[in-house]
Amino acid sequence: MRSFSLIDFVSLFAALRWTVALVVLALAFGAPLALGLALGRISRFAGLRWAMAACIQVIQSVPLLGLLFFFYFGMPVFLGIQVPALIAVTVAYTLYTAAFLGEIWRGGLEAVKQAQWEAGACLGLSAWQQFRHIIAPQALRMSLPPTVGFLVQLIKGTSLASILGFVELARAGQVVSAATFQPLLTYALVAAIYFALCLPLTLWSRSLEARLDGSR
Amino acid sequence: MNFLPLWRYQNQLIDGAIVTLELTVISALAGLLIGIAGAVALKGRITPLRWLVRGYIELFRNTPSLIQIFIVFFVLPNFGLKLPAFEAAAVALSLYFGAYSVEIIRAGLDSIPRSQVEAGQCLGLSGWQVFRHIILPPALRNAYPAVTSQFVLLLLGTSLASQVAADELFHVAGFIESRTYRSFEVYAVICAVYFAMAMSFKALFAIVGLAAFRWPRRR
Amino acid sequence: MALVEIRDVHKTFGKVEVLKGVSLDVEEGEIVTIIGRSGSGKSTLLRCINALESVDSGEIRVEGQTVHARMPDLKKFRQRVGIVFQAFNLFPHLKVERNITLAPLLTGRIDKAKARALAADVLTRVGLADKIDAWPEQLSGGQQQRVAIARCLAMAPHLMLFDEVTSALDPELVGEVLKVMEAMAKQGMTMILVTHEMGFARNVANRIVFMHQGRVWEQGPPAKLFANPETPELASFIASAK
Repeated sequence: MRSFSLIDFVSLFAALRWTVALVVLALAFGAPLALGLALGRISRFAGLRWAMAACIQVIQSVPLLGLLFFFYFGMPVFLGIQVPALIAVTVAYTLYTAAFLGEIWRGGLEAVKQAQWEAGACLGLSAWQQFRHIIAPQALRMSLPPTVGFLVQLIKGTSLASILGFVELARAGQVVSAATFQPLLTYALVAAIYFALCLPLTLWSRSLEARLDGSR
Repeated sequence: MNFLPLWRYQNQLIDGAIVTLELTVISALAGLLIGIAGAVALKGRITPLRWLVRGYIELFRNTPSLIQIFIVFFVLPNFGLKLPAFEAAAVALSLYFGAYSVEIIRAGLDSIPRSQVEAGQCLGLSGWQVFRHIILPPALRNAYPAVTSQFVLLLLGTSLASQVAADELFHVAGFIESRTYRSFEVYAVICAVYFAMAMSFKALFAIVGLAAFRWPRRR
Repeated sequence: MALVEIRDVHKTFGKVEVLKGVSLDVEEGEIVTIIGRSGSGKSTLLRCINALESVDSGEIRVEGQTVHARMPDLKKFRQRVGIVFQAFNLFPHLKVERNITLAPLLTGRIDKAKARALAADVLTRVGLADKIDAWPEQLSGGQQQRVAIARCLAMAPHLMLFDEVTSALDPELVGEVLKVMEAMAKQGMTMILVTHEMGFARNVANRIVFMHQGRVWEQGPPAKLFANPETPELASFIASAK
């Protein structure tokens, strides 16, 4: 047993790298996929709409922890080769992000009135131009508050990677706690770091929402 | 891939699922009580109490549920409050669910226009009668979708209790894994069980919602 | 003693003095119509009579009882004074019958066995007997407003207040509501209305009260007031209201 020292403090902050990395990876791969899901959900083809809805429904009905374990142990089974844990974890967080953001963005797209598409069509714009220049900007404005809200959920969700051995913030906390026998100090510090990451986003999301309500 | 070795553990799976349901329902009920009390406090005139509730909400919404469970399980014993795993998880999850419930319930109550309250007062109803008969039913309807989806998230979130070795479904998964070494198969089955439970609750909530809220929506 | 006595009432919202010393008496059985531009304080005066707002100074007495938000028998008082709002304010989660019988049942005015008969009776008076089992959202605006009136009638009020009850209605639905109010007037109900319906004011009211800048500017029988307004403010209001 040793006392809580500067080195523990540093190791907690160093672990932040992984927290940030996991969030960035999840967003980098998850956001494009989410856009695809959202567009599929409002597609003209009923089959596509159903398929996308089913994908989202499945992912949202399974614990994030379950997704992580499923891909951690499943990737080698699917691919027949060993893959780095980071890839498996990235796949899980990507699908998780895609499902939640996809549903949020679909809501934003659907909130834009049908007449706006028609107005675009009347101006002779192609379907993509209508989406890109007329629908997307309005939908983005409306779905920004919940999108930022989901970012908080994602940051908190990266804590689960600790369970698979990633030395991100939560795991570093466990290690430090075990080494120093100072669970109170360690976990309070870990919680404080998460809090400092998430609170500004939460407040931002709320102010965006208030501004949206005001302009409505 | 071979699922057969898992077959003999079906009783453990069922027991785990039951503990998961218990943990979910207990935490949801306690969380809703916290939510109601918090919403009342936020509406009230006692400023320090409002700050306290706001602080509670922000604290629990902006830190991971996993860390909260760890703190209740590993840290509270330092203060002489030593809870078994299930109880510790239930306390942490209740507080987590409560923090979301406060906001949901408050939004539900705020969604009822002041004019409805006035209409009730003008008919000579008491404050309680106005709340019970005029504010509450439509407020419940408006809060219902958010409460039920938060409930499903709670159900899935109880899996974190496995990390302090509460005997719920996910912990059972670890046990079966250690016996069979069929890691992928175990977690595939576990995911399917969560999926089935989540979908059942969604279906149940949809039916209950249809039965309970039959009046037509405002056009 | 007049049914309603209003003495030098002042009311301020923030920095705006909405009522600047209003005095007015309304006798039993009288139909008084308050007209005036928006912001003249007429709706506020109506809300003060029902203790939805408290006056800052002066006094309002209804049936000899001083009215304010903390009066001892506020609930009993409100059962005797009905108010109908611009936005109907029906309870969306209750069917028409329950909208009407909720308050009589909860305040112990009637028992369960008589509730439906009471609802049927007041609905007949507003011409909507066939809508007793409808949801409010299934009715047109005019029908909703008639149900709101029936809901008040079920409390057998001594006085009815109407706050711009036709302002939110499509033009073609105004007539059916005014007809119901006219019938109530003929049956001797004491009524105070705030309205923009000059035709109704002219034909049904016993007295017109013109409010301007928080004061009773001019009042009198409709024939006289509309034909020979004494003040230029009323003359210009009548001209603009046509």
